[in-house]
Amino acid sequence: MTGDENAADRDMRSPDDEQLDRREFINEMLAACGTAAPVLLGVIGVPLAARAQNLEYDPTEHSYGMGIDIQKCIGCGRCVQACTTENEVPEDPHFTNTWIERYIIRANDEVEVDSIEAGMHGFPPPSTEQGILKTFFVPKLCNHCEEAPCVQVCPVGATFTTQDGVVLVDDDYCIGCRYCIQACPYGARYLHPDKHVAGKCTFCYHRLVEGLVPACVEVCPTGARLFGEIEGQPTPLARFMRFNSLQVLKPHLNTKPRVYYANLDGEVS
Amino acid sequence: MPQQVPRLLAVFAAAVLALIIARGFLVPDTFGDIGHFRAAALDSIVAREKKYAGHQECTLCHSQVQEIRLAGNHSGVNCETCHGPAADHVAAPMDLKPDAPRGRDLCVLCHQYNPTRPTGFPQVDPVAHNPLVPCMSCHEPHAPEPPVVPGECSACHGQIARQKAVSHHATLPCTTCHAAPEQHRADPRSVQPTKPEARDFCGACHAQDLPGIPQVNLRTHNPDYQCWQCHYPHFPETD
Repeated sequence: MTGDENAADRDMRSPDDEQLDRREFINEMLAACGTAAPVLLGVIGVPLAARAQNLEYDPTEHSYGMGIDIQKCIGCGRCVQACTTENEVPEDPHFTNTWIERYIIRANDEVEVDSIEAGMHGFPPPSTEQGILKTFFVPKLCNHCEEAPCVQVCPVGATFTTQDGVVLVDDDYCIGCRYCIQACPYGARYLHPDKHVAGKCTFCYHRLVEGLVPACVEVCPTGARLFGEIEGQPTPLARFMRFNSLQVLKPHLNTKPRVYYANLDGEVS
Repeated sequence: MPQQVPRLLAVFAAAVLALIIARGFLVPDTFGDIGHFRAAALDSIVAREKKYAGHQECTLCHSQVQEIRLAGNHSGVNCETCHGPAADHVAAPMDLKPDAPRGRDLCVLCHQYNPTRPTGFPQVDPVAHNPLVPCMSCHEPHAPEPPVVPGECSACHGQIARQKAVSHHATLPCTTCHAAPEQHRADPRSVQPTKPEARDFCGACHAQDLPGIPQVNLRTHNPDYQCWQCHYPHFPETD
């Protein structure tokens, strides 16, 4: 190290009349590397050591997904309420991680879709039952796409897909540019009114690492929402996926959603 | 070697070094450790406080209630669906108690009649159904049962009854087509009512020359199908 500094000093003293030979050039380069090394180590090495402590949960062993059975949803809105409480989402019907849509398809081919306060307080019966061909509730949330458009467009890498397949937002790093909100074909994102960062469903990631299911699944009274592993392990979701014909929302966009619907009407998009 | 080459090289080397150092300051810690994101973000997301404890926690203490619940009609309804988030109760069981709703408001969230709900889900009209009486004075909330055996089919099959009431089959009682064993009323899923099995059953009215009843010839009218594959018997077509 001392020799490197001397070489650098000599070069500083007489820059004009001395020509660099190969040996000196290499020495200088080594000196530069010597200066840069601690910086690089600081960037990569230290945090790696710090992260090694918290490894009881191994994300590479999991591949999460959700199943939703349309025929079981009663539109009570407990899932929306639980999600809002669990994730401290502002009590504002425009900002929810999950929501319920009510489809009313009439005999004259008119389709009516509403989501009163995101379905958080249930749905009043429609004003008239006359002429209803069919009607059903559709719970919606972030689809945690494998090819997530929101992750692709984020200019700073603040939204990302974890190794277990969950799409998350880095609250401390998001700059609130709203690109992801524009990019999401499912309308699953919003700008958090207080934090001014993108907000979305996290599959309750803080519960998953403890072996619990997301809050919406925990409180669903009819089992319309199921959660578990998509492949490999026998979970309620695996059974659901085996015995139902599955649909995903907007399959033509090739986003490969991880939220699977059973008994979904073709009218739903 | 011309003099400017080593100088340019030095300038380039300095630029690269400056870039590396600047990157060290600009790229946040732990970025890229796992993927194209800050790995430390996972730690802060995982550290979020949970509000719902999960029913596994509840049953550690409330195992008796759990037994009642699992044997009844609310076996699929977890504790915190009605009692609300209880993680703070788990942390301080004596000091913080979860909600114990006793009115009608919570029950009707699920059990108010709404045509969008799936057929067969137990629903009532809360305005007409014993107004102002708390539900739990007749129904045990952990294992609810109808307190009396329903007198009318419409008590459970409301959607069908409402449709039939405005159809051409309005005057026909359910027993015209279905035989419901007495046990079906007390324990609906143990015994199912009968359903018509052949075209001849509908033909008993619709193949006869009866006034005011649409007639078909059972031999020529789509003989490959059962009647209810095209016509919904509770709400047949008007023409």
